[in-house]
Amino acid sequence: MNGLTFDIAHLLAGGLVLVSFMMLYQDRLFALINVFALHAVVLALSVAWQAYIQDAHHLYVTAAIALIFKAIVIPVGLHRIILRLGIHRDIETAVGIGPTMLAGIGLVALSMVLMLRVTPEADPLAREDLAFALSIILLGLLVMVTRRNAVSQVVGFMSLENGLVLAATGAKGMPLVVEISVAFSILIAFIVIGVFLFRIRERFDSVDVGALDDYRGERR
Amino acid sequence: MALILELAVQGAQMMLVLLLAPLLTGFVRKVKARLQRRQGPSLIQPYRDLLRLMRKEVVLADNASWLFRVIPYLIFAATWVAAALIPTFATGLTFSWTADLIAIVALLGSARFFLALAGMDVGTSFGGIGASREVMIASLAEPAMLLIVFSLALVAGATQLSTVAAVMGSPEVGLRVSLGMSMIALVIVALAENARIPVDNPATHLELTMVHEAMVLEYSGRHLAMIELAAFLKLLLYVSLISCVFIPWGLVTARAGPASYALGVVVYIGKLAACGILLAAFETAIAKMRVFRVPDFLGAALMLALLGTLLLFVSRSL
Repeated sequence: MNGLTFDIAHLLAGGLVLVSFMMLYQDRLFALINVFALHAVVLALSVAWQAYIQDAHHLYVTAAIALIFKAIVIPVGLHRIILRLGIHRDIETAVGIGPTMLAGIGLVALSMVLMLRVTPEADPLAREDLAFALSIILLGLLVMVTRRNAVSQVVGFMSLENGLVLAATGAKGMPLVVEISVAFSILIAFIVIGVFLFRIRERFDSVDVGALDDYRGERR
Repeated sequence: MALILELAVQGAQMMLVLLLAPLLTGFVRKVKARLQRRQGPSLIQPYRDLLRLMRKEVVLADNASWLFRVIPYLIFAATWVAAALIPTFATGLTFSWTADLIAIVALLGSARFFLALAGMDVGTSFGGIGASREVMIASLAEPAMLLIVFSLALVAGATQLSTVAAVMGSPEVGLRVSLGMSMIALVIVALAENARIPVDNPATHLELTMVHEAMVLEYSGRHLAMIELAAFLKLLLYVSLISCVFIPWGLVTARAGPASYALGVVVYIGKLAACGILLAAFETAIAKMRVFRVPDFLGAALMLALLGTLLLFVSRSL
């Protein structure tokens, strides 16, 4: 494989991991959603580059889906939701920024050690993409764990899904049907979660998921 | 004869950093002033300040120990040696075998240690506050710096600056996300170490925020001149380090004639000017942070450097 094609794929996938870290760093909801939009843009670029080097034209459709839905429709929708909920000024991290970042670095190291161990014979590009995708998934989970607010947990969930798309496009020969169904399921999940958020809000006057614990009778 | 020539080039490099350092600071101040629509002091004002300070009488506190009088020279010497080791216009100079990145970090670290000691020596509260803040910043900036050194060493296979610059200039390095992260981390570390604006502002004496100024408050006369010159040299050092590692084009590599050395110097001055303009523009655009935000800022540098080192392991080759 040509060195430069690999380098650009590496750059885009590494940039995606970096944007995941930026997501961990944010403590305002608006900034978090803007970074999520950036995440989707980088994902779209990365997928488009994979489409170009694998000569797989259906991947361009995946890139377009990522760009339209994840970078534009969903962030705009989330912006409107948090404006309607009136929580756009909230600061809401459950764990401090520093420990979260350290945990994130640990997760990235873990996913790299794991992927380099289990896939020594694979194509270097697919191998590198899988390692990055696993770290993006773990970082998305970390975003969900360290946030108290349901909206930012939704954002974490969707960034996790970006990692799945990256893994799917890195492996050659993934049919378009799978990707479209994944993207579609995310859109449905977004709508369901949106409805759900307003239900939580009506019930508890807050979207802090800590309120759910009180409701179940658990101690915090 | 060849040895004398090489020593002469090395000596020229040492004098060059010493002579250019105040000019760089003056240039950054001038550009900043122009960006703020002020006239600004002239470019040679730092030289005039140094000369004036040299001529002035030294006022010492009664309880100042011998350490207080020795430290300015120690700081200046350590910083000058570190700055002289960095390849500015040519690689492979006579002393370049000592130009190890870890040695340079150690030299700067010892200079900072002595500065913190001097801050606490006289026993004023400002000195103590400055020293404690400086050490807090250093304890975050130094690991980040070392991680950057590790990434560079993994790519280049050496911590020797001449080798690193040669490898970085070769086309086989390609486009690497790790190196980009290392560069941003190094810029953040350089801003923190040089007491530039988001971290510290040496132009003010505001006790809420000052770090560097608080430590040198008790100094006067030639001692202050030494410390100021060391601060100018440190800025030049970091700019040269960034330009030699990340923009290594135009460095003279082989033992060439005086014409190519002159060209190398011109390119080097061009790089310094470009970095100075960028620094001034950045400082004009950004506001000073609170001291308690500084760990977050430097933590980002640490995180970037660590991530860059990790990402190297999944790149094409180490």
